[in-house]
Amino acid sequence: MSAGLWRDAVRQLRADRLALACLAILVLLVLLAVAGPWLLDYREDEIDWDNMAVAPFSVDGHWLGTDRLGRDLLVRTLFGLRVSLAIALAATLVSLVIGVSWGAMAGYLRGRSDALMMRFVDVLYSLPQVFFVIILTVVFGRGPLTLLLAIGAFGWLTMARIVRGQALSLREREFVEAAVVGGAGTLRIVGRHIVPNLLGPVIVYATLTVPQVILVESFLSFLGIGIQEPLASLGNLIADGAAEMETAPWILAVPAGCLVLLVFCFNFLGDSLRDALDPRDR
Amino acid sequence: MSTLAFIARRLLGAIPTLAVIVALSFLLTRLAPGGPFDEEQALPPEIRANLEAAYGLDQPIAVQFGRYVAGLLRGDFGPSFKFRDFTVTELIASGLPVSLVIGAGALLLALALGIPAGICAALARGGFTDRVVMTLAVAGISVPVFVVAPLLALVLGIWLHWLPVAGWAPGRWSDVVLPVVTLALPVIAYLARLTRGSLLETLRAPWIRAARARGLPRRVVLLRHALPAALLPVISFLGPAAAAVLAGSLVVETIFGLPGMGRHLVQGALNRDYTLVMGMVIVYAVLMIVLNLLADLAYAWLDPRIRRERRA
Repeated sequence: MSAGLWRDAVRQLRADRLALACLAILVLLVLLAVAGPWLLDYREDEIDWDNMAVAPFSVDGHWLGTDRLGRDLLVRTLFGLRVSLAIALAATLVSLVIGVSWGAMAGYLRGRSDALMMRFVDVLYSLPQVFFVIILTVVFGRGPLTLLLAIGAFGWLTMARIVRGQALSLREREFVEAAVVGGAGTLRIVGRHIVPNLLGPVIVYATLTVPQVILVESFLSFLGIGIQEPLASLGNLIADGAAEMETAPWILAVPAGCLVLLVFCFNFLGDSLRDALDPRDR
Repeated sequence: MSTLAFIARRLLGAIPTLAVIVALSFLLTRLAPGGPFDEEQALPPEIRANLEAAYGLDQPIAVQFGRYVAGLLRGDFGPSFKFRDFTVTELIASGLPVSLVIGAGALLLALALGIPAGICAALARGGFTDRVVMTLAVAGISVPVFVVAPLLALVLGIWLHWLPVAGWAPGRWSDVVLPVVTLALPVIAYLARLTRGSLLETLRAPWIRAARARGLPRRVVLLRHALPAALLPVISFLGPAAAAVLAGSLVVETIFGLPGMGRHLVQGALNRDYTLVMGMVIVYAVLMIVLNLLADLAYAWLDPRIRRERRA
């Protein structure tokens, strides 16, 4: 059943040109973020004293211009993209691990443990999340690690809810019954029989979580509460650009364009994946 | 169950949430490595001890927590650690009206523009209007507030000189326009998408076909039959929308230089001013609880199933 679902999904995605384009752009952006800063002539914190705040394509070597301190904008944006992507992927992974194990356990156990575990999720859900992430960064300092743990600490809630719903119905299936009869323990059943069957919705939701995390991270970095200079993320690059936009609008335009493209592609791809993996719509 | 009883029950239900928020934010700030008086240069131990005694930080945590909660019940959020001459209550009192004006303005504007845009798109399904509205909506969702705000300030404020870029003078309404529009844009986009999807689904329902079959005019079918039902998901989105507006107000107040709560919160976070951050977060949480309650009331008022249930 599973192979058929995946084959159908791949077939449907292949027909979706825009989703494929988004996927290609994302792959390209990731490659650029990983390899780009090494391929270009300048380092992300290297100051070119002769070319400060030059416009794009006006000076050889600085393809997208430089910022107020003469640092190459393309290199800095790719470097910031790398930091933003790394935090987003790590935080998504954190919320994935917590959310899937929490939700799958709650759904499999049912009854009182389920009620207790999901009540905990409900309470956390009702907290103003962005504000608690801010408290966490105030308390534990403003490093990338704090940021990703703080965002991950709240990101798993929706995942846990989705997974629980699926696990509730999966546990009634014959193969789970067979595993119980075969003498498998709770952990083994959840880990080997429930979780692998949840992959579809989990992948879809993870794809939609990444852009949210990117937005929260750059939101905090923009405000100065997230990633700090000299480290760059798309958020604090945009903040730099906003301060200079009257005289040098490209310092804002380059990282902002990069962020919008990234978030748009993730959102679009996530929507298409959901359509492809959700058999109800067919 | 009467509406009053419903409100009372919901307010009682909010108490545990509020308690968790207060306790969690208090414990988190006390967990912090280092205190509020860590400066570049270490303070002499006697002065530090005096300062901590003055703020009650030398007491056991349970006593500190008890004092804080007792203060909260009296509306006293404690002193700000960094703005030495102000209490947190004073800062909240000065910032709250500004934030409320902007937030409420943005939500109302979003409702006034987003829902009609969604309706137009749904009625022109597949046509030109639909394409334009939906493309704009996707763009509005993908462009974050902290990109929109500087762009609008640049184009409308600096290049065209239509509106002031920053500042806040009482009674000068032009100051409000840019922040409100910036905050409203993403919410307009979400509302338009949501309204369109929900209305399209409702229009396919059998009871709509039945209403048409009875010969009712299109307008009546749309306004009296389809719209109330289609707006239900929109109403339940109001809670998250309010949360988005509140978070966005941090950016908007910082960029446009408005003396609201959001800017105090950002300043507090940058200065590691624990009491200020805690106070602001608690006020934001209360605002969100109240807005969610209002959304639930609107929902119950619109949905005949819930209305009937409560009357029975």
